[in-house]
Amino acid sequence: MTLLAVERIKLFSTRSPWWCMGLALTLMVGFAALVSGSADSAGDVSVPVTQFGYSFALAVILVLATLSVTTEYRFNTIRTTFQAVPSRTSALLAKTTVVALVSGVLGTIAAFGSLGVAMLLQPDASLALNSEADWRQVAGTGLVTFFAAVVAVAVGVLIRHTAGAVSVLLAYSLVAEGLVQLIPRVGDDIHQWLPFNVANRFLTGNPDVAVVFEGPGASTSTLSPWAALAYFAGFSIVMLLIALVTAKRRDA
Amino acid sequence: MIEARGLTKRYGKTLAVNDLSFTVQPGRVTGFLGPNGAGKSTTMRMMLGLDNPTSGEALIDGKHYRELRHPLRKIGALLDAKWVHPNRSAYAHLRWMAVSNKIPVSRVDEVLDLVGLTAVAKKRAGGFSLGMSQRLGIAGALLGDPEVLLFDEPVNGLDPEGILWIRKFMHRLADEGRTVLVSSHLLSEMSLTAQELVVIGRGRLIAQRSTEDFIHAATENTVKVRSPQASKLRDLLAGTDAALRDDADALIVSGLDAAQIGEMAAANQVVLHELSPQRGSLEEAFMQLTGDSVEYHTELTETVDQLVDVNR
Repeated sequence: MTLLAVERIKLFSTRSPWWCMGLALTLMVGFAALVSGSADSAGDVSVPVTQFGYSFALAVILVLATLSVTTEYRFNTIRTTFQAVPSRTSALLAKTTVVALVSGVLGTIAAFGSLGVAMLLQPDASLALNSEADWRQVAGTGLVTFFAAVVAVAVGVLIRHTAGAVSVLLAYSLVAEGLVQLIPRVGDDIHQWLPFNVANRFLTGNPDVAVVFEGPGASTSTLSPWAALAYFAGFSIVMLLIALVTAKRRDA
Repeated sequence: MIEARGLTKRYGKTLAVNDLSFTVQPGRVTGFLGPNGAGKSTTMRMMLGLDNPTSGEALIDGKHYRELRHPLRKIGALLDAKWVHPNRSAYAHLRWMAVSNKIPVSRVDEVLDLVGLTAVAKKRAGGFSLGMSQRLGIAGALLGDPEVLLFDEPVNGLDPEGILWIRKFMHRLADEGRTVLVSSHLLSEMSLTAQELVVIGRGRLIAQRSTEDFIHAATENTVKVRSPQASKLRDLLAGTDAALRDDADALIVSGLDAAQIGEMAAANQVVLHELSPQRGSLEEAFMQLTGDSVEYHTELTETVDQLVDVNR
């Protein structure tokens, strides 16, 4: 608990996390307002449509989580951290927990905020969360941002430089996974198992109705939604373990 | 007490610290002296468990740093005053450190007061001058009221007032019975600050002894004599076990003091124009000791010669 308090103080005593949180919320809720406000009729606005800004919010959350580690390396406070807490594994686990929790709560607020603003702008649209798929689409966002933050912290520990870690994460999650599909023959098969694509399956997969939603969050994974979440969580934990082992062996 | 046992650190092909063994005793300030690149900072990082030694170990009261339960309460360190997030306030910086080692948060105000930073406690640390950052670093080192303190080049870049303040501070800490290890590359500074010296060069131990002994042994005391009857004086001195050396029109005598030479000259009616004791500078002594072990030699003399050649 002590270590969690330490990481909480560190995270919230600088300005960048506040900016990132504000930006993530603004982007996601703003896009929901834009998309639902400009729709021709209430019938065009459905639950998935309200979550249009999700990938932008995810990008900002990845930046927030990465910065929490890379700024420590940038300003060498990581050394003060390891001086205060010589067990590097405990120190980094505490940081991961705090950052992931903040990211999870932020994702949840952003998703429900987006739904709420759409309800205000299109009171006649059918935006009630009637099915398990609807609930996953909105409430599940927090779970995905939680594990995405774990991935980002791990990448931050491994790369240590802000610019490097942020570009790797954003380029990978936003662009590289999609480009893999262009590889002849095996591209689609590989893409099907790439983590961020699988995470989208959890949010947008709807095995009951077999509706394919096109737009941000569409996935080519064939896993069941909860298996997809487990797969993404497993990926984030493997990344974290690699990062913890690396940090322990390396000179701070 | 701090103990280094066969401490060795290798980066690729370079041996930064080479089989270093020494102890630092409580109750006095120990200077950790060596030219730039001698391995002082690397040694201190290994003591704090930040760098892993290639072989050997560093012990704090018989324990490895990683075995300490609340390390900040046992050993405080200032390795680099700039190791602070520039957008975090001095207060917040010290607060998270205090919380991490279960130190009461009220102690943060105490140490801020001790180093005179209370007025700027809520200001972002990035706006601090070097002197203020140094004080914040010292506040961090003192936070857990530790028995052992490490300071890496604490007076670097400080103004005379700051240097004096730090020097007095070190003495106070040692007088309170704490173990204080201060690194520096300036012997003149260490001669004023430290009672004991650990001298290293190229990662190897050169000497560990009291500052007084070290300076006494390292600096040669000589007497400069000028006389119109130089050859007669030379013959007289040759009869003693003094060593002689010529310096322009003067003789440099070592092994006899000015009084002995003066009396000898008077007894033999030799006229003297000058009789002055010369004290070797600390810098010369340090250069002599570590001369072979300076990591980055300047090619200054050669460069000057080349420039002169070009101009001709």
